[in-house]
Amino acid sequence: VTDQIDLLEPLIPSLRRYARGLLRDPGEADDLVQDCLERALSHWGKRRTDGDARRWVFTILHNLAMTELKRRGRGLRHVEIDPDDPRLSIPAPQEQRMDYLAVMRGLDALPDEQRAVLLLVSIEDLSYADAAKVLNIPIGTVMSRLARAREKLLTGMSGAPPVSGRTAQLRRVK
Amino acid sequence: MISRPITEDDLNAFIDARLDASRQAEVEAYLALHGEVNARVRAAISHREGLRALLVPIADEPIPARLNIHHLVEARAHRRRAQWPQALAASLALVVLGGAGGWTLRTWSLPPRYGVASLGQEAAESYVVYTPDRSHPVELRAVATPELVAWMSRRLGRRLEVPNLAASGYRFMGGRLVATPHGPAALFMYDNDRGARIVMLTRPMMAGKEAPMQSLNRAAVSGFSWAAGGMGYSLVGPSDRQNELHPIADDIRRQISHQI
Repeated sequence: VTDQIDLLEPLIPSLRRYARGLLRDPGEADDLVQDCLERALSHWGKRRTDGDARRWVFTILHNLAMTELKRRGRGLRHVEIDPDDPRLSIPAPQEQRMDYLAVMRGLDALPDEQRAVLLLVSIEDLSYADAAKVLNIPIGTVMSRLARAREKLLTGMSGAPPVSGRTAQLRRVK
Repeated sequence: MISRPITEDDLNAFIDARLDASRQAEVEAYLALHGEVNARVRAAISHREGLRALLVPIADEPIPARLNIHHLVEARAHRRRAQWPQALAASLALVVLGGAGGWTLRTWSLPPRYGVASLGQEAAESYVVYTPDRSHPVELRAVATPELVAWMSRRLGRRLEVPNLAASGYRFMGGRLVATPHGPAALFMYDNDRGARIVMLTRPMMAGKEAPMQSLNRAAVSGFSWAAGGMGYSLVGPSDRQNELHPIADDIRRQISHQI
């Protein structure tokens, strides 16, 4: 039991972050993390002891998230960004904030599997090899999904509103 | 000089700052010569930084109590302790009965296939699938009750009515058609002011057209099932509400007997 606690506890903050990046809604994301932790505890004996606990738990969470997203149908239902989005919790300087909203909108518009790769690599700092294990795909596929995700963010961003439309845009995004 | 051609993988790793120093320098040299690729890579780096600025701090938020691993471990140990006497009694019973009734016992462990026991199983399964659903717990909502009742009556070949559970504090939310091994069944869902949900499942009975009320107990679900006038009925809800469910089931049975 102590090694369950010692290995799982430090992972919880990043599990919450990954779940929120995928599902957006903080409550639903925490539901998923709770489910994930309970599964990790009940399947602890089946864990490969030579494997990395972080990779194993992220795999459980990722599979739960994909099931949930599939159940919902087409990924996220709303891609509009709420300026009061709890994820935008840091007090960003006003002129940067709009750019953040645009990046966030771009992230939410990505197909689920591309968003997952981008989050695992860019936010959770998983190695490409670990991301491949979590997603159960070859590293080559990780790299091409990553490239496509970045390309899509770029093209999405270039269609961003001009500077003069900023205030109006901010009101409309809600 | 560039030793190997620059690949997209190199650009990805450059964006993620994961190249070793010499390859990093080679990519820098390449980017200095290719303005368009350079612009893409710089944009991707700024997107990465933007996402990190927004998402990385989520990990600094305090962990809510329900995700506290100490609580979760403790709750599991508690559940195991609570189940232990039951498991012990069950295994003792198996030891005692094992010699005499191995074959009979085999069927005990299979889900029931006929009668109200099967209906109860179907109701429990539907309860587990549909009541946690936040967006679409029912197919047709209570506002469309006449349409719902007409549709289900047509599909089940019996005139159905929605029991009124207002006296017990439960409101009708709506219903859906559910597949069972015995054909379509109508599911009605109710909730109360505290958000607790219960469901009633009903379908025509092939076997056991009249059956007294029997209780159903699963790990997370409990309820009551019976058959009357060729129709089976099963009311199920959370296992901690069994006492509350019994009078509601009686009430439903009373209401239905008035219809017949």
